[in-house]
Amino acid sequence: MTEILDVAAAVFVVLGAALSLVAGVGVLRFPDALSRLHAGTKPQILGLVCLVIAIALASRSWPAILLLIPVVLFQLVTQPIAAHMIGRAGYRTRNHRPDLLLVDELADDVDRASAEQERPTGPGSAD
Amino acid sequence: MIPVLYAVAGVLFALAAAGAVVRIVRGPTILDRMLASDVLLTILLLVIGAEMVINGHTRTIPVMLVLAGTAAFSTVAVARYVSQQDRRSGETPAGAAAPARRTEAARRRRTGEGS
Repeated sequence: MTEILDVAAAVFVVLGAALSLVAGVGVLRFPDALSRLHAGTKPQILGLVCLVIAIALASRSWPAILLLIPVVLFQLVTQPIAAHMIGRAGYRTRNHRPDLLLVDELADDVDRASAEQERPTGPGSAD
Repeated sequence: MIPVLYAVAGVLFALAAAGAVVRIVRGPTILDRMLASDVLLTILLLVIGAEMVINGHTRTIPVMLVLAGTAAFSTVAVARYVSQQDRRSGETPAGAAAPARRTEAARRRRTGEGS
């Protein structure tokens, strides 16, 4: 039984390593910041969950598992913020290739907002 | 069989970290570098976990906890400053128009963003 658990833990370690390799290759090869972001955020949650399962299977102790749950929770809370901020800055600094996009729903809103900014606002402009 | 799996995992981690480092060195903009360093930090987090599995201890779980909680802050800070810097440099070509108008526009945008 312990043999099976150890092998399963090793398999999960290899799975997490494969996910991080996917991220490394994607960050290296993809053409613009937004698609690099897409590749780079894969191991941040899924790879960490794989490694956490591996640690839980290998250690088989409740205190370790209770400490590992907040690791995943913290990562779940903080990493989407970082990815969102990178995507936002990448779009605003024109750090993406528009010819690679099928749909650009943000462009309409950006056009409308910049048109509103150009318009001289009178004293009666409602906010 | 298990040592072979561990060796494979080590090679995969090394290749992934090398890819991230190459992107940090080559990255055309600071956003690419920041993204790659975020990936590198994630790989470090996974390597710490893999080392615990391989050596059979659980002493470095608190390190993982702190890294998972604070890894995103540097990325958020840099991305925030990048977009602010771009906004300011995007406004300067408007010319020598009165700086008062610029601050007025900035104030409006700020209040609009805050709502």
